[in-house]
Amino acid sequence: MKAFIQRRLLQFLPLVFGICALNFVLIQLAPGDLAEVVAGETGQVEDGAGSAEYVAELRHSFGLDVPAWAQLAAYLKRLVTFDLGYSHRFGAPVGDLIRERVAATALLGVSSLILAVGVGVLLGVLCARWRNGRLDRAVSAAMALCYSVPVFWLALMLLVVFGVKLQWFPIGGMQEVGIEAAGPWAQARDVLWHLVLPVVTLAVYSTAVYARFTRASMVDTLQEDYIRTARSKGLSELAVVFRHALRNAFLPVLTLIGANVGELLAGSIVIETVFSWPGLGKLTYDAVVNRDTSLLLSLLFLSSLLVMAASLLVDILYARLDPRIDIKR
Amino acid sequence: MKKLNLQTWIGAAILLVVVATALLAPLLYPGDPLDMSATPYLVPGQDWHYPLGSDLMGRDLAAGVAHGARVSLLVGAAAAALTLLIGVVFGTLAGYWGGWVDNLLMRLTDFFQIVPRFLLAIILVSVLEPSVWVVVLSLGATSWTHTARVVRAEVLALRHREYVQAGLAAGMGHVRIILRHILPNALTPILVSTSIVVAGCILAESGLSFLGLGDPNLLSWGAMIGTGREAIRTGWYMIAIPGVAVMLTVWSLNVLGDTLNQYFNPKLRD
Amino acid sequence: MSTMLHDVNAGLAQGTDAPLLQVRNLQVWYPDAAAVQGVDLALRGNEVLALVGESGCGKSTVAGAIAGLLPAKVRIQGQILFDGRDLLREPEASLRALRGAQIGMIFQEPMTSLNPVLTIGEQIAEVLRRHRRLSAAAARARAIELLDLVRLPEPQRRVDDYPHNLSGGQRQRVMIAIAVACEPRLLVADEPTTALDVTIQAQVLELLSSLRRQMSMSLLLITHDLAVVGQYADRVAVMQRGCKVEEGTRDQVFFSPRHRYTQGLLEASLQVDPELHYTRVKLAEIRHTVDPDSGAHSFGFTHQERLAPAAPPAAASPAEIPAAAAPPPVLEVRDLLAQYSSRYGTISAVKNVSFEIGRGETLGLVGESGCGKSTLSKTIVGLNPAVAGQVILDGTDLVPLGGRALRPHRAKVQMVFQDPYASLNPRLRIGDALEEVLVVQGQRDRAERQRRVRAMLDAVGLPQTAARRYPHEFSGGQRQRVGIARALILQPQLVICDEPVSALDVSVRAQILNLFAELKREFGLSYLFISHDLSVINYMADRVMVMQKGVAVETLARDRFFSDAAHPYTRTLIAATPDWPRAPVARADAAQVPDRLTRFA
Repeated sequence: MKAFIQRRLLQFLPLVFGICALNFVLIQLAPGDLAEVVAGETGQVEDGAGSAEYVAELRHSFGLDVPAWAQLAAYLKRLVTFDLGYSHRFGAPVGDLIRERVAATALLGVSSLILAVGVGVLLGVLCARWRNGRLDRAVSAAMALCYSVPVFWLALMLLVVFGVKLQWFPIGGMQEVGIEAAGPWAQARDVLWHLVLPVVTLAVYSTAVYARFTRASMVDTLQEDYIRTARSKGLSELAVVFRHALRNAFLPVLTLIGANVGELLAGSIVIETVFSWPGLGKLTYDAVVNRDTSLLLSLLFLSSLLVMAASLLVDILYARLDPRIDIKR
Repeated sequence: MKKLNLQTWIGAAILLVVVATALLAPLLYPGDPLDMSATPYLVPGQDWHYPLGSDLMGRDLAAGVAHGARVSLLVGAAAAALTLLIGVVFGTLAGYWGGWVDNLLMRLTDFFQIVPRFLLAIILVSVLEPSVWVVVLSLGATSWTHTARVVRAEVLALRHREYVQAGLAAGMGHVRIILRHILPNALTPILVSTSIVVAGCILAESGLSFLGLGDPNLLSWGAMIGTGREAIRTGWYMIAIPGVAVMLTVWSLNVLGDTLNQYFNPKLRD
Repeated sequence: MSTMLHDVNAGLAQGTDAPLLQVRNLQVWYPDAAAVQGVDLALRGNEVLALVGESGCGKSTVAGAIAGLLPAKVRIQGQILFDGRDLLREPEASLRALRGAQIGMIFQEPMTSLNPVLTIGEQIAEVLRRHRRLSAAAARARAIELLDLVRLPEPQRRVDDYPHNLSGGQRQRVMIAIAVACEPRLLVADEPTTALDVTIQAQVLELLSSLRRQMSMSLLLITHDLAVVGQYADRVAVMQRGCKVEEGTRDQVFFSPRHRYTQGLLEASLQVDPELHYTRVKLAEIRHTVDPDSGAHSFGFTHQERLAPAAPPAAASPAEIPAAAAPPPVLEVRDLLAQYSSRYGTISAVKNVSFEIGRGETLGLVGESGCGKSTLSKTIVGLNPAVAGQVILDGTDLVPLGGRALRPHRAKVQMVFQDPYASLNPRLRIGDALEEVLVVQGQRDRAERQRRVRAMLDAVGLPQTAARRYPHEFSGGQRQRVGIARALILQPQLVICDEPVSALDVSVRAQILNLFAELKREFGLSYLFISHDLSVINYMADRVMVMQKGVAVETLARDRFFSDAAHPYTRTLIAATPDWPRAPVARADAAQVPDRLTRFA
């Protein structure tokens, strides 16, 4: 097992390097450099002779006056030590900004993943078992709609209906101000209350994806020869569908889950923005609005690492479930 | 022609309407949809000159929807075309040549799969100046991985098929084999997934313009939703209308894709 | 279609009186076609009934109906009485109680018939726990006993193995263990050995036979292989196009068949018989025809013909012709080493193989899966680079050549493949596919190309209209003819035939083999004829080479092969080929059946 993990980590290394290099290239692509932009904002550019010196000073302080390869080396060194730099827009080290918001995004992401996988896989199994029945047709039609809905729009619509008009759920934020005073249970309940709309919105698209995919995978699996063997043993339909079919059909779904972590992060950007959820997604949006490229790139780096970690987790789980994969090699 | 169900007919009809609207938009609503020609906050049906109402800046929503159709379809189709082009080329090279070419291209595919697509698209657009072509480029450059993998698998299987072997044994060159024998048989799953790829690109484009990263000179549905967000309490129809437009367009494309899939894949035929 | 029933009671040897299974007027319809039209069967306790027919005759559908495993979209009518109860009218719950406990099933594809994520122990224990309510520990212990019963070595260790750790033959043994676990009264085996190698096939059939006797089960054996039927069946029922055309005891059906179709099948079947050689006999052929107006099917068959003894072919006994007078061999392979890479690494598939093929000679190559015969043929044709050695075709060594230099030599050696459904590009018309081959070899004149295509279609027995059609419009046998046409259109000297008839029905097989023989005479071809089936090799080959695990273990002249083979592997192969039943002592109505000589070993 350890060797397996080590091997996969080794495979990830060039990818990590590639992302760093990509980041660096993108920084260089941005028109104008940071020094000019910052100088422009502080209003010092209007000055005659003094502005050029100021810009040069800024450039030096940002480390931009050394040749490109030296900048790359410096950048890599910083990334490796997780020194993600300083955000001038927000006036705080990037590391701090990220650390404050990780938990919120994690809560949102994991909850919606569990919801989407649970509901989606179950629906997919039921649809495949009674193919073309009324349930299948109804659910498939509903899933087709859910698959077509823009996440941010659904968020706004749900906000309007449930937050504004019906007022069943709060329209933003993660918790009421000062709720900590009421004790941990009250705080947890409050967070949960705030969590409902964002999680449901984020889960809708994913549920449709997993439901459709599980259905297709189950339909394929139910036509395999070993299902016929299972039926020839006189096993109940429940045993055939769950013990024999689903255990095999779930494997490609697992791979899909790993591949879709990136989509989850994308969804969280718009969701957190709409619901003012204080997480990494909202930070991303703010960075976009403020054109804070270095923050964006740090977020890119971090989320790539996250996807890699999720991918590794999925691989391990897959190897556990599929005996054909030799985990000791 | 097999019996097509109701869903397919509705989807086809909607798609037709959308395409027609996109083509006729300059005739129906001449001028720039970004012009603020109406009184702001007009509710749909209030003024028959503006049947769908107006947004908080006084822009005609109906004109916005019509012109937005052009942008969405254009961007969706162009991004999908780029996605398919890159995916087919990479997948074919990887599947046919194998060896180090395959390894290299698969590492590249892994890379683009690990990097979160949407985030990369956001960064690309915000780094380069936002314009239609940058959006198309960034969407296309980030969505090709699935296509590449599917094509690679098909090409790999076909390469060992007996009629390809027979062709090689007769002395056929690689180019002829790829173009005449492998690609025509490998592209069926790609054809089937084309409309679903377009649907995905339209969704992604609307997301980008919602975040303000679309072409500022063109009004797209996502941008309409973005501006309408500020009026959410009182002018929720400003969000609802363009959103429904996106949803119906994407839905019809997905339904079309599903139908094609069933048609070409006899195992899935119910 | 009339059914020829022999007086069944006359042949009854072992069965008890009341039939265990009775099928009455079974009719099965799929949405687009009728699969079974009015079939009656009766199976008594403790006997083996073989249900024989070619592909599409409905025999598997009958088996599926008995087991209740047909898909939901079929319509079934009739009665299937098992122990007096009509299985078609029983509720699903009681059918599930029967399946596995009273009726056991064995299927054709052992590689995919076991669940890959469960251990074989779990899969055997499952059926025991379902029907016998054993605890997990007791079921596991019984599973180990069963694995021992099916002769799987080291059952205590193997019981926790997964299916992918086992070979095809071992997996089929596990399937048998599952099927007999609860000691059912009836076993239904649907082509249980078709996908297995010859030696494994013999072991599995032998196992099945002895287990059946040991547990006093009845066996309904579905197969297309008449040799297997001859060796193992007590009674035989023959099906054609959804109907039963003949039924009787094995001796009755084999030695006094009454229905023309049965007679045709028997005559067209190959056995290991010294007289059955392409130089002496043209095989009986069954031809199916469809009347274009009424759509009615009919068939005709030609009897086996003795050929006029021709002048002995030049390579009939190469050892006897003085070396100086013999023309140089068309192919000489010396110390060939070839590999192929799979995800497990590089495998040495051909190890220092050397042989020759004389002009106008057919070298038969026999071997089971994994022996390297595919890699060998691919290397000779230039699809796989050789690691070392020489492949001297018509005097030129092909191994060091590549690309452009190799192209003109490619025309001299061509290949016919096994799978008629994968050997043609589904998007090209037949004529275009054949012309393309000529284009690649530099034939620029369009009229000349088309002339050659027409001539070739004629030579392989296809109509001229075939050139405009697509592959899916043709049957398997016809597609194989197209594959042969494609191989021959370049006028090669050597044709490598890689299991060209293994995927074909008995009736079509005879036609294609006759075609091979005819084309050889007409064009003076040499063949490297690969097959795992010794009866086919016996018919087609002048000399025989046996390969095992990449090594050529023995090469002999065909006439001496079955009597003088010395290598233990060769003898195992010969012993594993099912014996064709010997005729009992002279019967009056055996006159119209061709003379069958007994095995000459």
